[in-house]
Amino acid sequence: MEAGMVAPAPALVRFSGIQKTYDGEHLVVKNLDLDIRKGEFITLLGPSGSGKTTTLMMLAGFEVPTQGEIYLSDRPIKNVPPHKRDIGMVFQNYALFPHLTIAENIAFPLSVRSTNKAETQERVSAALRMIKMETLAQRRPGQLSGGQQQRVALARALVFNPQLVLMDEPLGALDKRLREQMQLEIKQLHETMGITVVYVTHDQSEALTMSDRIAVFNDGIVQQIDRPDALYEHPVNSFVAHFIGENNVLAGTVETIDKDYCRVALTGSGAVTARAVNVSGPGASTSLSVRPERVAIVRDGSSSDGPNRLPAKVQNTIYLGDHALAVLDVAGNAEFMVKLQPGAHDSLQHGESVHITFRPEDCLALDPV
Amino acid sequence: MTAASLTETEVPLKRRLKEAERARQFKALALVLPLLVFLLFTFAGPIAGMLWRAVDDREVRQVLPQTIAALADWDGKDLPDEKAYAALASDIQAARAAGTIAIAAKRLNYALNGFRTILTSTARNLKAVPEAGTAKETLIRINPAWRERATWRTIRDAGGPITGFYLLAALDLTRNADGAITAAAPDQAIYRDIFARTFLISLGVTALCLILGFPVAYLLATLPPGRSNLLMIFVLLPFWTSLLVRTCAWIVLLQSKGVVNDSLHWLGIIDEPLRLIYNRFGVCVAMTHVLLPFMILPLYSSMKAISPAYMRAAASLGAPPLTAFLRIYLPQTLPGIGAGSLLVFILALGYYITPALVGGAADQMISYFIALYTTETANWGLASALGAVLLLATLLLALVYGKLVQGQQVTGGMKN
Repeated sequence: MEAGMVAPAPALVRFSGIQKTYDGEHLVVKNLDLDIRKGEFITLLGPSGSGKTTTLMMLAGFEVPTQGEIYLSDRPIKNVPPHKRDIGMVFQNYALFPHLTIAENIAFPLSVRSTNKAETQERVSAALRMIKMETLAQRRPGQLSGGQQQRVALARALVFNPQLVLMDEPLGALDKRLREQMQLEIKQLHETMGITVVYVTHDQSEALTMSDRIAVFNDGIVQQIDRPDALYEHPVNSFVAHFIGENNVLAGTVETIDKDYCRVALTGSGAVTARAVNVSGPGASTSLSVRPERVAIVRDGSSSDGPNRLPAKVQNTIYLGDHALAVLDVAGNAEFMVKLQPGAHDSLQHGESVHITFRPEDCLALDPV
Repeated sequence: MTAASLTETEVPLKRRLKEAERARQFKALALVLPLLVFLLFTFAGPIAGMLWRAVDDREVRQVLPQTIAALADWDGKDLPDEKAYAALASDIQAARAAGTIAIAAKRLNYALNGFRTILTSTARNLKAVPEAGTAKETLIRINPAWRERATWRTIRDAGGPITGFYLLAALDLTRNADGAITAAAPDQAIYRDIFARTFLISLGVTALCLILGFPVAYLLATLPPGRSNLLMIFVLLPFWTSLLVRTCAWIVLLQSKGVVNDSLHWLGIIDEPLRLIYNRFGVCVAMTHVLLPFMILPLYSSMKAISPAYMRAAASLGAPPLTAFLRIYLPQTLPGIGAGSLLVFILALGYYITPALVGGAADQMISYFIALYTTETANWGLASALGAVLLLATLLLALVYGKLVQGQQVTGGMKN
């Protein structure tokens, strides 16, 4: 353990050298090593086909790893069937049993464990209280709205106090407003109950809202695991930079490297200084990543100047209520976004020539896209 | 202002809606009209005809109209008076001339064995209408049966125009001398046994179809599309061959020198050929084979609607596979089980050709007897009555099933 770091909670789940293939030709998950700490909310984030759902299914026991071992509380579980793993799961389409009432659905995990009647009743009503649906106990799932069904699914997955709760895009079928509300409710449940949650989603804002840590999946590989803010501020490669948050890309070639910084000649024109994050050396091509909110637009004659000053042409401005975006043409990138304060967009004329500046530490030199 | 205009426009709006709907309804009706007409002539008409024939009893009335009229106020305690004898003699004379004696004789013979002889011998020996006051004497001289009250009661009871005679007979019941309903004579009481046998065989075939069909339907619903399509073709294959061919194939397989017996003998499992056909076993095997698709298809459609996520959810909640199957999967297939079982059971109730070909004498079902009375003995009244009882039993079952399904309607919770 490194000195000075807070000791992390012990790993509840450990993926060790996991590989998974369905057809014997393509690896859906390539060599996954991942520790999930007790009590944390970890999100597996990635585009569809990136291996995140397969990883979750292997943890739940519905898929068997082709290679490697999964440990739950230091116990190998590769050959443990799903119903003996003591893992609660919330499915994308809720999977509430349509022939049972809400109360019966929530009581199901207790009744298969032969919990006695009084305790079952007590825990079911506690669970119904938790999701504020005491009055709907005798309804059937088909009579509930999507949000209500998802709350029931949540209560059902939590009522038997599992070691671990898995959620497979549980909010995918809900509309935006309800989704945001449910995100907060789930986050609150996680904090009050102290459960360990593994959450799968392809929605980066959902991941940023809820997670303690995010594992970004692409192409069967975990690209980066870190706290949401670290992923945003310090992406290790172009994929993560692009997948988390808005991002402007400028292509270029590395000229010189000096410690943490490098000088990059842009493919269009000009040169900038950037943080050398993922470049091999001088002469290598690179993609620069700049966040829209870290760029300032300056008119000619403005004195603020730094190593990164590029000419730009205003293409368009977009009003978005709480902020506005300017679309610029910068060094060959015709969709370079700059975030503006609301109202600031009025003064920009379409076709106007301006300059943009940004600090070297806000510009990351990453692997070429 | 707006509220007032709303109520003012409400009526015309409703009327306009109705008019618009009417045009659509008319179009829809016009589209289904050919089918309605077809069904009316081929389905509703014949069934109504059958139900009518089960209670229709006008044959005797048409042949012996005066006798029936004369017996109308007979109390049945003593022999009828001279007037009735005279009417009978007159009727017989007229019927002999018209050649309709046999019609009445056949109907009366159903109710009283030997009546055919009584009537035909009387008709043959009654040379002329007897003189007034001597009709009774003359008739009794020709055939002493005219001195029996039972003879006269038979004529009166067969006077129609409607009767419960056939329906009672179909249930092994009859009316005794006092008109009360009693059990039929043992030698005529065969239909309850046949109904029981019909229901028993149908029930057995339904159970066999369910046991054999459930796993197949499950495979169909869960296999990947390519293989499930292939399996579906195998399931549907029997539909593409004639019922007769399939039944005969079972004869080839199951007869004492058939494929099954020869194979078992060759393997040394048996010495003597097993009796596999022309008995209940053969009937059940052949009928199960023929009816299996009718069980598999409804089961398949109900299973196809069950998302695999349910079983996964059950497993993740801690249910072992068997528990998950019994508590989550099976209850959701109940509508399919009900529909398939009802379909197979009702189809099996009406089976005729298969039992006739591969069954023994003790395995014939009710349809065999309906066909027998329709084509061989031309006792349409009894054939119709048996048909009516079968129809009623089937309708009752369908009603019970409808109530059961309505009682526990399963609504899909999945939004897929």
